[in-house]
Amino acid sequence: MSKDNKANRWLTAALLTPTSLWFLVMLIFPLIVILVFSFGERAAVGGYAGGFTLEQYANLPSRLKAFQNTMLIAPAGTLLSLIVAYPLAYFLALRVDRKYKLILLVLVIVPFWTSLLVRTYAWIFILGGRGIPTLLEFIGIEGVRLINTPGAVLVGIVYGYLPLMVFPIFVSLEKLDKTLLEASSDLGGSPFKTFMQITLPLSKPGIATGCMLVFILLMGEFLIPAFLGGGKVFFIGNALVDLFLQSRNWPFGAAVSVTLVVIMLITVSFYMRMTLRNKTGRDESLM
Amino acid sequence: MPNQSTSSNEIDIEFRDVTKRFEDVVAVDNMSLTVKRGAFFSFLGPSGCGKTTSLRLIAGFDQPTQGDIFIGGNSVVGIPSHKRPVNMVFQQYALFPHMDVSENIGYGLRQRNPQPPRQEIIRRVDETLEMVRLSGYGKRRVWELSGGQQQRVALARALINHPTCLLLDEPLAALDRKLRREMQIELQTLQREVGITFILVTHDQEEALSMSDRICIMREGQIVQSGSPRQLYDEPVNRYVADFVGKTNFFNGDVVDAGDKGIAVKSESGQVFVGMQPKAAPGLVNGSKACVAVRPEMIAISATDEANNSNNITIDGQVTNRIFLGEHTEYLVSTEGCGDVMVLSPKSVESMSRSFEPGDKVRISWGSNAALVIGDT
Repeated sequence: MSKDNKANRWLTAALLTPTSLWFLVMLIFPLIVILVFSFGERAAVGGYAGGFTLEQYANLPSRLKAFQNTMLIAPAGTLLSLIVAYPLAYFLALRVDRKYKLILLVLVIVPFWTSLLVRTYAWIFILGGRGIPTLLEFIGIEGVRLINTPGAVLVGIVYGYLPLMVFPIFVSLEKLDKTLLEASSDLGGSPFKTFMQITLPLSKPGIATGCMLVFILLMGEFLIPAFLGGGKVFFIGNALVDLFLQSRNWPFGAAVSVTLVVIMLITVSFYMRMTLRNKTGRDESLM
Repeated sequence: MPNQSTSSNEIDIEFRDVTKRFEDVVAVDNMSLTVKRGAFFSFLGPSGCGKTTSLRLIAGFDQPTQGDIFIGGNSVVGIPSHKRPVNMVFQQYALFPHMDVSENIGYGLRQRNPQPPRQEIIRRVDETLEMVRLSGYGKRRVWELSGGQQQRVALARALINHPTCLLLDEPLAALDRKLRREMQIELQTLQREVGITFILVTHDQEEALSMSDRICIMREGQIVQSGSPRQLYDEPVNRYVADFVGKTNFFNGDVVDAGDKGIAVKSESGQVFVGMQPKAAPGLVNGSKACVAVRPEMIAISATDEANNSNNITIDGQVTNRIFLGEHTEYLVSTEGCGDVMVLSPKSVESMSRSFEPGDKVRISWGSNAALVIGDT
């Protein structure tokens, strides 16, 4: 028995080693470096000079705009993705004939086969001066500017992140026991009431997962605001690129990074708490 | 029971020439039937016979392709399920997993427009919990309950709405045998108490026989026979019904004498059987293929040397198998020319006469009034 246990422990250790090493070298170590850097000073020629100062953190308000944009547009983008994705997931899970389900699901992923860079670039032309605004001029609406606005960034976000929101919701709706909907109807629940009281609450785990995936990735988004927001709508990600690569102010960049990580950790712990509360019943009973 | 209305002949559910087609499959085929108010009615048949579809047509989950369905005298064709005065107990109960027991039971009341006041809902939920013997379980989560308890919650959730008719879709299928028996009795008692029409769908003939006062046996979307459990057991119209309801021995042959007093059927081996024809069955003429059905409990088993009794059909054979069933002993007797015959011998007879072992030569016999001559379908 104890021998077995010992062998088991060795196996467990062996199996976990690659992942542990990877996380240690590629995640924990860099995080420590960033944390140390954030308390340092900028060297005269850029980069990092040792020391211990809170100066970088005191300087955070100078990047307030980036934080504000991220903290406003990331939730807004998440919400907008949810609003667009939910009906789609609902349709795919509950309304579509089994025969077409797979092909429609594949169609949702197809855009992912092209690089996000290319797809976002395409949006520059669609939203840019010769795109939709030109079309609008034909029907007499002039002076519309779309590119380099928060709206353009939101459009790019919803477009790019839609599948990440659709799939978790689709899965939770798909495993929803359809006789529950019949039971609700049988007990007098109109289609709308059935949706509000049965379908929506039972798809909450999917909604939470989708929102979390999109929100966390959006917090670190760089490409979409850079392309579709021009210099005007920039995220923390853009500020970091600027700090590390342009002005080479590593310690300040590190401080901004640490702050971002802390905000994310708070959000994730909030999410964990919410889903754990659900877990006491919902997951098990959904089977 | 003072509030029981079985005495009235009012019709609660009526099917008029109802057909339901799913693409190229005909699930219900031109069916007509009526269910009286306060009846305990069962649809009985193997899977795929259309019994569940019939129930779903009443509930409103499916709409008939043709024909008309009436609930309490009103046509309900085209009316969605949430506007129908019937409630269903689902096979897997379909309890809402994100609600506790009370919330599940009160669900129907909360859908009403206008919604009853909170106090009223609480009071009625408590009453209903008491009725299904689950007082004090209101705040439990539904998945914490045992199968039998979940079953009762499902019943309570339906009955609290005082439906015109309660629909039960194989409600006991998920329970173990002992619990199933208990729930059968409980359902019957409950039905008498509330006086609501119950419509049960089952493939379990024993369940249908023991609970219902009217059974409709279905095959391929059509009604084969409907009647009281006794009628179906004593006078099945054909082989299908006789085979489905209870155990039966069948002997095939040709009609040689279709008289008023009884019909004589001659089997290929030359054995002549005489039996009665059920009233509801179609007439048989000389020469037509027929089937003689004899219930195993109507057959007497004795030693070959025993003095003949009044039974006029006797066949000799050999016991090949004996199963002790407690109150009965089941013998399988292999006969020459008539195949294997099942005999059910009650314990009272067993103790009086000698019992038989496999290998014993025996004589089996029955009276011609115990045999039924029916069509061979």
